[in-house]
Amino acid sequence: MRPVYIAGIGQTPVGEQWERSLRHIAHDAIIPAMRDAQIERADALYVGNMLSGELVGQEHLGALVADFVGLRGIEAYKVEAACGSGAAALRTGYMAVAGGLHDVVIVAGVEKMTDTVGRETTAALAMAADQEYEAAEGVSFVALNALLMRRYMYEYDIPHGAFGYFAVNAHHNAAGNPNAMFPNSITLESYRKATMIADPINLLDSSPICDGAAALVLVSEDYARSVGNGRRPVRIAGSAVATDSLAIHDRRDPLWLDAAFISSRKAYQQAGVSIDDIDLFELHDAFTIMAALSLEANGFAERGRGVRLAEEGEITIEGRVPIATMGGLKARGHPVGATGVYQVLEATLQLQGLAGPNQVENASIAMTQNIGGSGATILTHILVGE
Amino acid sequence: MSVARTWRTRKQRYALVGERCDYCQNAIFPPRDVCPHCAEPAQKEFALSGRGTVYSYTTVFDPPTGFDAFAPYPVALVKLDEGPMVTAQLTDIMPDQVKIGMPVEMVTRKLNEQGDEGIIVYSYKFRPQLQRQALAA
Ligand SMILES: [Zn+2]
Repeated sequence: MRPVYIAGIGQTPVGEQWERSLRHIAHDAIIPAMRDAQIERADALYVGNMLSGELVGQEHLGALVADFVGLRGIEAYKVEAACGSGAAALRTGYMAVAGGLHDVVIVAGVEKMTDTVGRETTAALAMAADQEYEAAEGVSFVALNALLMRRYMYEYDIPHGAFGYFAVNAHHNAAGNPNAMFPNSITLESYRKATMIADPINLLDSSPICDGAAALVLVSEDYARSVGNGRRPVRIAGSAVATDSLAIHDRRDPLWLDAAFISSRKAYQQAGVSIDDIDLFELHDAFTIMAALSLEANGFAERGRGVRLAEEGEITIEGRVPIATMGGLKARGHPVGATGVYQVLEATLQLQGLAGPNQVENASIAMTQNIGGSGATILTHILVGE
Repeated sequence: MSVARTWRTRKQRYALVGERCDYCQNAIFPPRDVCPHCAEPAQKEFALSGRGTVYSYTTVFDPPTGFDAFAPYPVALVKLDEGPMVTAQLTDIMPDQVKIGMPVEMVTRKLNEQGDEGIIVYSYKFRPQLQRQALAA
């Protein structure tokens, strides 16, 4: 396999983009990424997206977006793995370059969630779960996560308030990210008083519904040498995906993210790194409970200790395991199919020393993890700054 | 869900019909044709008793399309006595009375209505076990 480098990045602000359509926000991320990488053509475009069919009435995004950004004629298609679609598109691009089929690939994550009203969006998000035996019973995606959080609090005897450290950290970091949706600081006090949406999950446990697009240009090693924008080269050193049952009720242990365990072990091995080498971890904090379960399944905390890691301040930019360094899903925002690409883009900024006030000192190895559904598809990537 | 899809899953929704694996004897619900425990074919029908305990629970305040009229309603993961876990609504109980470990049993209730032209969907829901309630009283 050939080494794969990230040669360019582009992103739109995350939020409610009333004036821009799905195709426009894709454009707004891809064109800057192409300029950043100094390319005018690419061999292929892979678009990560979850809900365009349901929320925008538009499928066939590969051809649509390729044409719209001036790349008519190239190989292009959509990649879907629920909220893990962005990293799945990245994985597709990675395989194409690593396998020697292509030298220059554009990977874009794009999602438009604000053209519909709340209940339609709620119903659409539940498509990430088992439609016949979870969603059909009227159980929303938020409620599924609430079932996990309630059980976690019960098994490990953890009060709800302890999860607030995840939300406070995410909002604090979003303040240093000009593209974040919620750059406002919150306190543990405001967390405790937030509106309940599916107990014990309240508004500040949950990531927001929003629009956004992010893009990466992936290139082979030879091509990386020939272009180069003068920044530190960032290599994708590990890339792995694993799956679990779609429904939570079919898992052997609902509080264990087996697909995170499997994919992270594969990625560590492929990259030749151990968990202690990782300088920052962009995890999938769609809900605070997911942040805790991720820290545990990936080996950063013992079972039942993920929340303690947050409580002890280890997840901040100065901590042992900085997470959500640009705001995470909670406060940068979670445009579902775009999120996996935002995570890798932000990790790239960290490795290139371009994270501004949020810079993790001497960051050279970063991990990103994107989750589809409540843990059914989990994609792990490890990036190394050279 | 469409009419055909609702009809297709009627045995599951009305009678909790799952499967029992011929090879490892595990009970399976919902039915899935390949045993999740041993990966052997599993197509022998087996009706679960409908009794179990609450593994976890929550309340849906912000329902998906089609469930507006019923919100807020409690939902749970129910660990059935035969082993499988099922995701379902709770009924005949106030949300603040639900507890982890509470014994519950399956009943058939209206799940949702699909407008003037559509069907009314019935499904399993779980209520506190009546017998245990009586004993406790
Ligand atoms: Zn079996």
